[in-house]
Parts: sequence; C-alpha cells; structure tokens
Amino acid sequence: MKRFHFPAWIDPLLPVVAGFLGIGLVYYGGLFAYAVHPLTSDVGYRPEQPVPYSHALHVGKLKMDCRYCHNTVEVAGHAAIPPASVCMNCHSAQDAAGQTPTVSIRLDSPKLAPIREAVATGEMLPWRRVNDLPDYAYFNHSVHVNRGVSCVACHGRVDRMEVVEQKATLSMGFCLTCHRNPAPNLRPAEFVTNLAWEPEGGDAASIGAALMLERGIHPNDNCSTCHR
Amino acid sequence: MAAITTTPFDITTETPGSRVTLVTGDSSYQSVTDQVCLLAETPKVPTAYWIALACSSALLLNLVACIGYLLTTGVGVWGNMVPVAWGWPIVNFVFWVGIGHAGTLISAILFLFRQNWRTGINRAAEAMTIFAVMCAGIFPGIHIGRVWVVFWLFPLPNTMLLWPQFRSPLLWDVFAVSTYATVSLLFWYMGMIPDLATFRDRAKSRVRQIVYGVLSLGWTGSARGWARYEKAYLLLAALATPLVLSVHTIVSFDFAVSQLPGWHTTIFPPYFVAGAIFSGFAMVVTLLVPARRLCSLENIITVRHLENMCKIMLATGMMVGYAYAMEFFMAWYSGNPYEQFAFINRAFGPYWWAYWTMVTCNVISPQFFWFKWCRTTPWFMVIICIFINIGMWFERFVITISSLSRDFLPSSWGYFKPTIIDWLMLIGSFGLFFTLFLLFCRFLPVVAMAEVRSIMPTEEETAE
Repeated sequence: MKRFHFPAWIDPLLPVVAGFLGIGLVYYGGLFAYAVHPLTSDVGYRPEQPVPYSHALHVGKLKMDCRYCHNTVEVAGHAAIPPASVCMNCHSAQDAAGQTPTVSIRLDSPKLAPIREAVATGEMLPWRRVNDLPDYAYFNHSVHVNRGVSCVACHGRVDRMEVVEQKATLSMGFCLTCHRNPAPNLRPAEFVTNLAWEPEGGDAASIGAALMLERGIHPNDNCSTCHR
Repeated sequence: MAAITTTPFDITTETPGSRVTLVTGDSSYQSVTDQVCLLAETPKVPTAYWIALACSSALLLNLVACIGYLLTTGVGVWGNMVPVAWGWPIVNFVFWVGIGHAGTLISAILFLFRQNWRTGINRAAEAMTIFAVMCAGIFPGIHIGRVWVVFWLFPLPNTMLLWPQFRSPLLWDVFAVSTYATVSLLFWYMGMIPDLATFRDRAKSRVRQIVYGVLSLGWTGSARGWARYEKAYLLLAALATPLVLSVHTIVSFDFAVSQLPGWHTTIFPPYFVAGAIFSGFAMVVTLLVPARRLCSLENIITVRHLENMCKIMLATGMMVGYAYAMEFFMAWYSGNPYEQFAFINRAFGPYWWAYWTMVTCNVISPQFFWFKWCRTTPWFMVIICIFINIGMWFERFVITISSLSRDFLPSSWGYFKPTIIDWLMLIGSFGLFFTLFLLFCRFLPVVAMAEVRSIMPTEEETAE
C-alpha cells in the first residue's frame, strides 16, 4: 500500500503562491511610488484665485519686491496676504466725490472689480491658499528669511508665474533635507527676495557654508522644532 | 528525535551508575504516541477543556474589545500620565517577554547540554514562548498610541527622510523581539514536523490527512530526512541559544541605558535574564500541571520534570533575590544620594506595597522548593508558581512605575493609578495566552513524540 505523505495537488499551486507574492511586491512598489510621487503632495496645485493677479507681471516685469505685499514676512511667522487696500495703492478707484488720486493704474479694469468691492465693503477677498502646511507642523517665515533662505527655495520662481502654483513637495523630507544641509539654500540676506539671484564666484554651497560660519546658523532637526 | 546519542548522561539520576527512566509507567513507543495524540484525535473532548476554552476566549474577547476602545478613544483610557508615561503597557510587555524565556532555555540550551529530560516538556514550553511573545508584542504596538503608524518602529525608507534612533535600545528591542519571535517560531515548527507527520499518518478523515500532510511538508521518515532534520535542529538550537540571553538583556537596556535613578544600573541585564527564566519556568509549571492532567500525560511529563523545573526556579529565584539586595548595596556604596533615594523610595515610598509584594513572592515563596515535598506535589507548586508570576509582574511594576513616578524634578512627581482598562487588558492578555495554548493542546502534538521515543529504552531492551 502506498502511504500518503503529501497531497500532490498542492505542488501545482506553488506558482499561485509565488504569483501572490509577486502581486504583493508590485503592490508595495506601487504604494511606494505613489508615496514619493510629487502629485501626492500636491505639487502643481494652482487654484483659480478670485482676482487674476499676475505675479509674473508685478514681480517679474515691474520688479516689485515680495515684501511690498507680504510685508510681515521678516517679522512674523506668517507671511501676510495683503488686504485689498494694498492693491488700492496703485489701483485706487474714484472716491465718493468722483475724484481719482494722482496715480492710479487701470482704475476701471473689470478684473479689479472684486478688489474695489472688497475695499468698499471691508470684506476680505477669498484668496485661496496654495502652499499649505499641515497644522501639526510649525513654520516661521521670519526666521528663515532673516537667515538668508530665499523665497525661491520653497516657492520657486514666483516672478514667472501667471497663476501661483505649489512648487515644492513641502513634505517632511523636503524640510529635513535643507535643515540637515542648509548651505546650498543660503544667501546674503539682502538678496533673499531676489528670485533670480545667482551666486557670483563660487557655488551656492560654499557661499552658504561661509554664511553659516559667519552668522552661526545651526538649523535644528529635533521633533519639537516643528511639531510643537 | 533530536536527542543526541552520545553517552547517556542524566543529571537527574540520584544513584550514580543507575539510570532513571524518564518515561514512567509501562510505556512503549506505541503508548507514548497514543497518549500524545489522544486529545487531538478524540471525538469526545473533556468538559474541562471546553470550560477552560470558554473562559479564556471570553477573556480574549475582552482584550479585543479593550483594544478597540483604546483605538477609537485614545491612550487616555489608560492610567498613563506624566511622569509615568510608560505605565502598564510596558510593564505587561516586559512581563510577557520574560515568560517566553523558559521555552527557549528548555528547547535550545538544555538541548545543547544534552539534558534528555527536556524532551517531555520542550514542545509545550516552546509553544508557550511563542504565545507569550505574541502577548508581549501587542503592548508596545498599542502603547505607541497611533497604531496605524506602527510600521514606524522599523527602519523603513519614507518620505519624511526619518529613521528610528539607532542609538536607542527601544529600536534594538524591536529587532531583538522580532528575531526572537522568528527563530522561536521556526524552531518550534521545524521540531514539530515529524510529529505532524505522525498525526497525518494516524488521521482518520481526509481533511486531517491533507492539513497535517501539508504541515508536515511531506515528511517520509527516511534516514536521509532524519539526518538532515537533526543537523538543522542542532543549528537552530545553536542560533536560539544566544537569544535566551540577548532578548531580555536588550529589554533591560530599555531601562538601563536611560539615566533615571533606579533604572540606570549595570546589574540590569543579568538580573533581567535571571528573572525572565524564573518567571518563564513558573509559567511552564503553571501550564503543564493542568495540561498533563487534561491530556493524560503524567507518564511523559513526570513529577521528575516538574521537580527539575522547581530546582531551576529555586536557583533563579535566589539570583533575583541577590539582584534586589545588590541594587540596595550599590545605592549605598555609590554614595549617590539620588540613587539612594530611588531605592529607599522603592521600599518605603508610596509604592511600598508593590515592592514588598514583589519580595515576598519572588524571594520568599521559591524557598519552599528546598523541601522535597514541595517540589514533588503538583498542586502545591502551582500555587507557588502563581505567586512567582504575580511577583515577577510586580517586579516590572516596581521598576517601571516607582522609578518614573519619582523622577528628577520633585515638582513633576505624580502617583500612577491604573484604570479599569489597564486591568482588563492585563487580564485579557492572559485570555489570549490561554486560548492559544488550549488550541495548541487540541490541534498540535503537545509533546515531541519522536524525541521522547528516542530517550526510551529500545523495544529490544524492553523485551530482554
């Protein structure tokens, strides 16, 4: 009598098991690819804004400084979104008496209608936030800007954007890459808002390294630096 | 069949020159197999088994419910607080990891030392190891609070560009415990293959035949199979041996590497390992005394086995007692007032009751094992072993809670109180443990039949 040792029909099933393992590997590979893909962290997000304000025109062509509108960036954690009255410095409408200030550009443009309305009613324009960090991550603009981290390091060439879009992943890895090796992203503080700045003589990293020494820049990478 | 056939050497022999049989009664190869297979094959399972299974699975259900409540509500359901952030989950973790050590000691170290008496108990002890490690693994997993990111315990590449702290013993612990679980599981399973084949060969139903056929991986019992099996078993035993020492050493590093007075001591690794073996043997006895009755294995798991384990408990219990004394001596000898405070606070501070429970259970209760009657009376040793288990749980409680609650800043001192969920989870973990053990008794070979047969006199010898 032949003794039973092992159900022989199991053996053909082995490729099936191997297939499942293979599917598992592909699944995890796909998961990893999804996790690291820029789209996952909203890179390229460019919402339509209530007013078609062009950074390319104002910053790129007219050479306005970032701080003209985002005026708290050097002194506060938050870089202010300007109130509509800031627009009115150049685009002011006629006042009640029908008078226009001496300098007013495109005062009647229909594109600016929401701005004029906001000024008249005192309502805030519903600007849509493009670069949004999670609430559990603390970020302070002033501390970065004052140490010579340019706007361009995180926001990209805003001076070339018709519509502002998210350029960086803003992931924890993105933050930590710079915190662990800040030199390539440091520049003399006066060039912080000069998005087109190129290091003269020598590469950015060695200039940054010299600045780190000179100004005692030692970025933290403790958990509580950002997760307070 | 892993017992190595060198000159028979049995340290339990009382009269030099005569060899005491390890399997008592009129056992033959056949009767051993019949006995071991009894509970797995009988259509009429004893009522006691059903009652035990009902109780333990009810406790298991309670554990599942508590974990569900914890996950949906948050870690505030525990008594954990600042400064006692570790609380009962870590106490339970260390307790359960410690329990496992006896299994590895029996299966690996006693094997390498040719202690043939181990064959009667090694399978059950290994099973106990694995179930204890499973219970242990739950606690750090849920203690992290956000269970859905439990994989952060492992160094996996991630978009945060973040790694666990490689200098932290907490990470070493992840490796130590997972290596331990893996090696124990492999050792257990590999050792079981010939016995699973026995189950297969005796199977009456087609389903059992197929299930045990697959589990025994086509074992035929050929000489070649046995030769390779024994080689592999020896290798795995050698691999598992350092784990007996390393796992609880690293668990002790979780405490010893920190700077907290009461934790920061070099005695911790040997002290923890001795305590782990102590508690592990206590649990083996607690399980095996009822199990040998339930499965009618009194011939195979004899009083001699139990007595040997009592002797080990006596020895390790005194090592633990020595460590308790030495901690106090070092606190005094160091001349460090903070260290001295930590220990005086342990014995006479707000947790004095826990400290003296620990000393009573761990140092005094094993002293009964000096007496032959206590070592050979199963019901009595179970009582002592339960006390030892209580004591060893309290040892981890004392170390974790009393040290943390009186940390560096008197302004942040606190008094830890467990909640009802803490209690239910501790009890529930016993439910998981006992449920798994009962299922093991019913479905798998409780005793390494092939090995036991190898230490019995051959049929020819018996015939003479």
